[in-house]
Amino acid sequence: MCLGIPGKVVEIFDENGLIMGNIDYAGTINKACLEYVSDIEVGQYTVVHAGFGISIIDEDEAMKTYETWGEFVKASAEEGLDIFGNPLKDKNIE
Amino acid sequence: MNIENLTCPLPIMDHDTIQLAHGAGGKLSSDLIDTLFLPRFSNKTLEAMEDQAVLDFQGERLSFSTDTFVVDPIFFPGGNIGELAINGTVNDVAMCGAEPLYLSVAFILEEGFPMEDLHQILISMENAANNAGVTIVTGDTKVVNKGSCDKIFINTTGIGVLNHDLNISSGNLQIGDRIIVSGTLADHGMAVMTSRKGLSFQTQVKSDTAPLNGLVKNMLNVSHGIHSMRDPTRGGAATTLNEFAKSSQVGISLIDNTIPVKPNVKGACEVLGIDPLYVANEGKLIAVVTENDAPIILETMKNHEFGKDAVIIGEVVAEHPGIVTMKTSLGANRIVDMPVGEQLPRIC
Amino acid sequence: MMKYLDEFRDPEIAKQILSEIHKTVTRPWVIMEICGGQTHSIIRNGIDQVLPKEIELVHGPGCPVCVTPLEIIDKAIEIAGRPNVIFTSFGDMLRVPGSNKDLFMVKSEGGDVRTVYSPLEALTIAKENPDKEIVFFAVGFETTAPGNAMAIHQAAKEGIINFSELVSHVLVPPAMEVLLSSPENRVQGYLAAGHVCTVMGLDEYDPIAKKYSVPIVATGFEPIDVLEGIFMVVKQLEENRHEVENQYLRSVQKEGNRTAQELIAEIYEVSNRKWRGIGEIPMSGLTVREKYKSFNAEEKFSVDDIQTEEPELCISGVILQGLNKPNECPAFGKECTPTTPLGATMVSSEGACSAYYKYQRID
Repeated sequence: MCLGIPGKVVEIFDENGLIMGNIDYAGTINKACLEYVSDIEVGQYTVVHAGFGISIIDEDEAMKTYETWGEFVKASAEEGLDIFGNPLKDKNIE
Repeated sequence: MNIENLTCPLPIMDHDTIQLAHGAGGKLSSDLIDTLFLPRFSNKTLEAMEDQAVLDFQGERLSFSTDTFVVDPIFFPGGNIGELAINGTVNDVAMCGAEPLYLSVAFILEEGFPMEDLHQILISMENAANNAGVTIVTGDTKVVNKGSCDKIFINTTGIGVLNHDLNISSGNLQIGDRIIVSGTLADHGMAVMTSRKGLSFQTQVKSDTAPLNGLVKNMLNVSHGIHSMRDPTRGGAATTLNEFAKSSQVGISLIDNTIPVKPNVKGACEVLGIDPLYVANEGKLIAVVTENDAPIILETMKNHEFGKDAVIIGEVVAEHPGIVTMKTSLGANRIVDMPVGEQLPRIC
Repeated sequence: MMKYLDEFRDPEIAKQILSEIHKTVTRPWVIMEICGGQTHSIIRNGIDQVLPKEIELVHGPGCPVCVTPLEIIDKAIEIAGRPNVIFTSFGDMLRVPGSNKDLFMVKSEGGDVRTVYSPLEALTIAKENPDKEIVFFAVGFETTAPGNAMAIHQAAKEGIINFSELVSHVLVPPAMEVLLSSPENRVQGYLAAGHVCTVMGLDEYDPIAKKYSVPIVATGFEPIDVLEGIFMVVKQLEENRHEVENQYLRSVQKEGNRTAQELIAEIYEVSNRKWRGIGEIPMSGLTVREKYKSFNAEEKFSVDDIQTEEPELCISGVILQGLNKPNECPAFGKECTPTTPLGATMVSSEGACSAYYKYQRID
């Protein structure tokens, strides 16, 4: 329903009394309104929907999700089995 | 619940007037060609539905193609409408494996168009023609009332010669062939999109406009195992691949994560919710080649400045004829369909 | 590499979660993803194809383009066709058919219809064109409401009087209740929409989870998010728990975005809304408050006389309620395609039918 893409705040400025920011999406910069994430600092990531930052990304929580499952993958790989319990074969054909 | 008894809101089935989507290279465009143009002008060459006509003429095989350029904005990062008009027709002529030689250029200019802009456009056309090794041998200029066209429209028509007897066409895909794309996708379309007002972009993607005849020549020098080639402009790679699959009545199977897209182009696509496979390119080609020759052709492409990011993105399969699928990284298969019309920023 | 996006598309991790789902599930479950963005991600990545056969995903009504009622589209078309108007909209709304035409056709007839990325861009257009009336088509769920509220707030602050919004805002929880209280309901667990929850928080889902005994998991949009959300719902179902949980921890806070909630409440009030294909749902939408009525396009352009009745039986409604799959519709892929959409679910690229058509026509 609502396309929201994470981008990195690279600049914060005032425009007509609104907190605005330039947001970097892998090298493309797009402007967004940061009034709803007014505590955000340059270098932090925000989820942007239709030109508005709606949250500051919680880096610790993001890492947790990723790392927890990453550990599982590593453990399975060390057992020499893929996640379905089948022996690891040619991983290139994905 | 018995859904047979249900009806939907009334559709808009037919358009009484031309809509933008009729020119966007997707389904409405092909409907227009199939129902209005083809029945009137029908002949064997036209029915091949290639981007160029291959003509037998006194023992020579000629490649003949025309294209009209109406881009907005006319100056965009990485190029302008003039350069685009030269490279676009050069590429269309070259995609059957021909060497482009001569071009005609016709301008439609809007009253009040700045002379300085025209001058700049002509300089880049001169340079583009030199770079592609083609000569502009005839032309025309018309000026129309303010508002009767948008600044400048350019038509170019090109002629080239085929120095081989191969049949490089969209109907010639063979089961087992490999699909090679010559580089990153979506650069040109996103260059135009990120230059448009109303979309909040602060930096622009650079267009990939480039002549591909040199690349094609090198490819033909190392292999005659090229079955099809096309430059995926309007409608993007997805449109070209669907046209290939339909013309040849074969399936095409792509592999997700092999599709090359520049990071900043991907960023712009994500922001607008647009799939790079549906976005226009102006300096890329898709080649369908035999499995045997794929490595040498790929190697040759990578040694050329306009093919250095070339990569194999899929293969031709016997299953699902006429349909393009993509194997997702989870191992599932999904359809890569023709686009409907213009790519719209998907915000919601 | 896009940070916080590409990591959550990692196929190895996705497969790991998938295998946990396979291990956890013991019997059939019906799960609805509410949000069209999640539907898109599921179909695009083929998640539904690799889930255990016990799990059936049904696609919910979370696509603002799909549920915007015919009547509002007709009003938009009427306003956009007026000579002094610049009509601004998110891209997707332009192709949605009203009773007779869509906004693209208004454009081809000479109407000034423009795509904007942000409602603030519409304000900029208003400032650049003081002699024109600029109307913004303010559709969307709770996620889009803060931006649309800000546009009116800012217009009032700057005294921009030639700006107004045609509002068709809808709210998720009332729609969930309608689906859950239907005698035909089959849904046993929900993936709540991560970005709606980012704005509104999780509290309004607690009573629903309790009353209807359904697990509700606020879920993100990338494959790993969707799979983890499904895993969390399945785990609850298997353990006979019915709680509100949060998968999308990197963006959703329990209390949501308070600043955004406050401005939404300042500009809009909760009201009854028609949903295309479902009908009127009490207190399921937002309307511009009396205080800001000069920014309400429906008042400004007096289009109240336009009243379009929805066709009584529309399969898109059945699909939006998750009772049938798009490819079970007799018109699917035949009379009804994205070029010739019969219903809203085919029109929007986020609509369930459109997603099916794009990605899933081979068996």
